[in-house]
Amino acid sequence: VSEIYLRRAPRLAARRVEGEMIILAADDSRLFVLNEVAAAIWEAADGCSPLSAIVERVVCRDFEVDAETGLRDAREFVEQLASQRVLQVSPVPFEADGEARRVP
Amino acid sequence: MRALVIDIGDVPIQLSTRHAGLVSLLEQRYAKFLSPQSSSPAIRFDVSVVPAGTLPGDADLSVTTRDGCWQMARGDFRAEWDMRSRCGWIQQTLNPYSADSVLRIVHTLVMSSRGGFLQHAASAVRNGRAFLFTGRSGAGKTTIARLAPADVTLLTDEISYVRKVGAEYRAFGTPFAGELGEAGEPCSAPLAGIFQLDRGCNTVEPLSPRDAIRAVMQNVLFFSGDPAATSDVFDTVCDCVASVPVNRLAFVPDRRVWEMIA
Repeated sequence: VSEIYLRRAPRLAARRVEGEMIILAADDSRLFVLNEVAAAIWEAADGCSPLSAIVERVVCRDFEVDAETGLRDAREFVEQLASQRVLQVSPVPFEADGEARRVP
Repeated sequence: MRALVIDIGDVPIQLSTRHAGLVSLLEQRYAKFLSPQSSSPAIRFDVSVVPAGTLPGDADLSVTTRDGCWQMARGDFRAEWDMRSRCGWIQQTLNPYSADSVLRIVHTLVMSSRGGFLQHAASAVRNGRAFLFTGRSGAGKTTIARLAPADVTLLTDEISYVRKVGAEYRAFGTPFAGELGEAGEPCSAPLAGIFQLDRGCNTVEPLSPRDAIRAVMQNVLFFSGDPAATSDVFDTVCDCVASVPVNRLAFVPDRRVWEMIA
């Protein structure tokens, strides 16, 4: 399975409340509530870490999930948040300006 | 040129116009909220009246910003406000609603950086404490205002004004009326509770912090897509619901509902 890279979308405000992450989209005021695991992945989405590394680092370690299950669940969650424009996804790492790095 | 100073939430805004008819409309609409002209306004607008048909009558509201300057437009008005100079202009047809919309927008922008927000909510003061009743159109804001007993002071039945003053959140009266058609009283009190309105048997249930934020955020009056301003309002709402109890209030429309609010 090919690797994917995640980046938190711009124009969002987020606050952690009692373990959950509440995210507000500036453009249309939509609210999203992420559970602890989803919040951990969203926070770790720095644009340069592959999803598998994030899952291994923050999901398997902190939530006692095996890598295969964690990655499968994470992919599903990432797909949902990407469709809601809360996460950006790319097959290559993102540059600092938010653009996906060009493949030479 | 005639200047009127309209003081809502302790933020006086001056509207100056040469049009006697508009002065009369504004004096009527904001009678309870007019400040002496000698008071120092925080924000100033020059208002001109244009003939009906000059503006695109049915255009939806748009609010945009560039370099600290806000442009607002709707079918019945155009306006610009520079946040740095605190001055602006309004061009509108002769009606009392255009200036009302500009005031609401400007107050939301000002409040976003001052620890406050405007909310689709009725609000009222009882025993020196303010209560907010929030909900979308049809949720019962005007109904609960109409049912208020004599010892209750109504702040608004439509748009509530909340701001942090010192360590506490206070609710202020506004002239922004809903179906009741009456301006609120120009006073304020510490905010003691927020109720999300619902229909059902008379019950009060506390909301979790997450649901409380959702209940308040979804009824915040906010026109800006600016991420910094949005983030400020979000911060304020999170802080407010952390210090003020938020409950779901289901009620049948009769006076007994006020037995649960004190």
